[in-house]
Amino acid sequence: MENIMEVGREVLIPRREEEKVIIDARDVHYRDLNGQIRELAQEGASRIELGNVNGQRYLGAGLTEKDLQISIHGTPGNDLAAFMDGPRIEVFGNAQDAVSNTMNSGKVIIHGHAGDVLGYGMRGGRLYVRGNVGYRVGIHMKAYQKQAPVIIAGGTAGDFFGEYMAGGILVLLGLERKPEEKIVGDWVGTGIHGGAIYLRGEVERHQLGKEVGIAEKIPDQEMKELTALLQDYCREFELDPEEISDKPFLKLYPFSARPYGKLYAY
Amino acid sequence: MRMIQPDFRIVIDQEKCRKCGRCSFNCGFGALRFSDRVIPEPEKCAGCHRCVSFCPEQAITVELNPLAFRPNDNWTPGHIKAIYKQAETGGILLTGMGNDKPYLIINDHLLLDACQVTNPSIDPLREPMELRTYLGRRPEKLEFKKDAGKWKPAGPPPSTLKVELPILFAPMSYGSISYNAFQALCMAAKELDTLMYTGEGGLPKELYPYGGHIILQVASGRFGVHPESLNIGVGTQIKIGQGAKPGIGGHLPGEKIPSHISKTRMIPEGTDALSPAPHHDIYSIEDLRMLIYALKEATGYKPVCVKIAAVHNVAAIASGIFRAGADQVYLDGFRGGTGAAPFITRDHLGIPVELAVAVVDQRLREEGIRHLGTIVAAGSVRSAADAVKLIALGADAVAIGTAALVAMGCHLCQKCHTGNCSWGIATQKPELVRRLDPEWAAERLVNLVRGWEHEIKDVMGAMGINAIESLRGNRERLRGLGLDHETLKILGVKPAGAPMG
Repeated sequence: MENIMEVGREVLIPRREEEKVIIDARDVHYRDLNGQIRELAQEGASRIELGNVNGQRYLGAGLTEKDLQISIHGTPGNDLAAFMDGPRIEVFGNAQDAVSNTMNSGKVIIHGHAGDVLGYGMRGGRLYVRGNVGYRVGIHMKAYQKQAPVIIAGGTAGDFFGEYMAGGILVLLGLERKPEEKIVGDWVGTGIHGGAIYLRGEVERHQLGKEVGIAEKIPDQEMKELTALLQDYCREFELDPEEISDKPFLKLYPFSARPYGKLYAY
Repeated sequence: MRMIQPDFRIVIDQEKCRKCGRCSFNCGFGALRFSDRVIPEPEKCAGCHRCVSFCPEQAITVELNPLAFRPNDNWTPGHIKAIYKQAETGGILLTGMGNDKPYLIINDHLLLDACQVTNPSIDPLREPMELRTYLGRRPEKLEFKKDAGKWKPAGPPPSTLKVELPILFAPMSYGSISYNAFQALCMAAKELDTLMYTGEGGLPKELYPYGGHIILQVASGRFGVHPESLNIGVGTQIKIGQGAKPGIGGHLPGEKIPSHISKTRMIPEGTDALSPAPHHDIYSIEDLRMLIYALKEATGYKPVCVKIAAVHNVAAIASGIFRAGADQVYLDGFRGGTGAAPFITRDHLGIPVELAVAVVDQRLREEGIRHLGTIVAAGSVRSAADAVKLIALGADAVAIGTAALVAMGCHLCQKCHTGNCSWGIATQKPELVRRLDPEWAAERLVNLVRGWEHEIKDVMGAMGINAIESLRGNRERLRGLGLDHETLKILGVKPAGAPMG
């Protein structure tokens, strides 16, 4: 990390260290930065490290290189990994809004907090956030065949968590909560018609959308899959899986795959 | 007891009928039962004329059911029947196609100019007429540099899209229309060297070879949107709103999502495809800019179109859209068609596209940003005359949806939402879809647009104009007949009889 901070402005040209390409993003416009990343990706670079990132948007947008790994030091701007289909992005810092917007596949790891509208229309891949997430997270996530998106956030979430959700898995761990602090805001799962939400904490009925059911029990097979996901999450953040499994999970599910089927008259 | 009586009456001339059963086979709505003779079930009849068209003996007549309510200019049969239906179901009433209410049609009150004596008209059969249109952002300025004694452009040419004529195919999603209808539009767009918008349902992989004529839509459901599909077209379109249902989302019912639709939309079979009313990542012009540039980043800066419904504040919104970085704004008027919309939004929301085009063009000129992008007008372009008038009001191009469907056989029965289209257009039932031969339909689409092309050239010639560019926003060549003073002022058009200058 330190050596990237040291390189300063001169190193607009990426510096190569064995298999790693290092770019100093200080004062670089997002268009130039993204252009450079795309160029490197197309040349077959497998590891790109970005230093001094400060609000540059659309990092990784539309990238499709499956073996590419990008690590970001600093704070990437909105729409990180939008439309992305394959690569892995790791952020050592906080992220802003709309991370993994309409993402198809790949993995995004955020070591800090992240903003609103994460994973909107996400169709596959994984988004792990170590800290808290904002409003409207996981809106209209959807699954298709083997593709199922997963978002796991370590802290709390704001209102409209999983709104319009059509598929995939949303997990909220509520770690390091203050006493009395709610794990999630209101209007959870409003309009949900697919997928599942797992909360490691309590939720009151009035916090949920009217389309949301609370499962009495999580089936064993499902719990196994959830545990596997959590182990992967813990691996990424060097957490102890035991710490997470000390509290039971609550499963929220949609009452119907067609919540508005009876709304219309023909 | 039946509260709602049929709209139509099916009369079979039993003398002529040779009991072949074709009518019964052809009816997608099951309105003609066949057991040793044809037995009409008029309550199911949509009035789509499929049976009439296929009866070899011309033995079928479909007429309006003459059953009369007591005349009442206030409580129309439409109001009464709607109440019966809602009293029974408690639901939102759905319909298909565009607004059919008797609102003023501005295009029918606009007249075009022609040359007489003092300026010569042009014969388009003898002289070249230019309909080629470039869609997209014009540069702020053009720079040239001297290279080996010759002046050459200094930078790369502006990234505009070239179409051979200013008639595009409007977004009608794969899902709302059948594969064969969708394919026919692709084929016709290629043949005509113009563009088609996909609508929200994505683009089936087998149609990727038509990518050079496709603009892929990104709507709030994000169905079928991924890097591959985004990059296959020549640009993308963000759908904010639709003329037939401004401000509300889409809802493709599970019945219309069989496996092939599910594959393109990338959602499970039989689930409802719900498009939320807003894009949840767009709550402002600044947010819109974010999605525009996210798409540009993901597509290597291909042009982005933003489609909005023509609503009351459309001029300010369009200005914001161009300032947000869009290359095209697509204005869909309140008469625009739909595969399914609630009656209330279809019939009561929005404004006519003629007014929208006029105020958007005017506003952009006043703000000095007309060059930032292209105005595409849609929402009931019924003829070449409508197209010419919209261009004279300020549009760069028009898009046709319903007209294209009609060319493929649609009879405007307004039952698209039922998925029973007898003509194989607005349906996903395989036995109905295969009725529409894509080659046949594409040929008819090409014929229609070629016919319009000739007509447009004819009236341009009559006006003494040899390039469509000279007609754009040329309101001096329009006159209003029977329009009130305020409307004329908003249109920027003089009343008929007013002289030039």
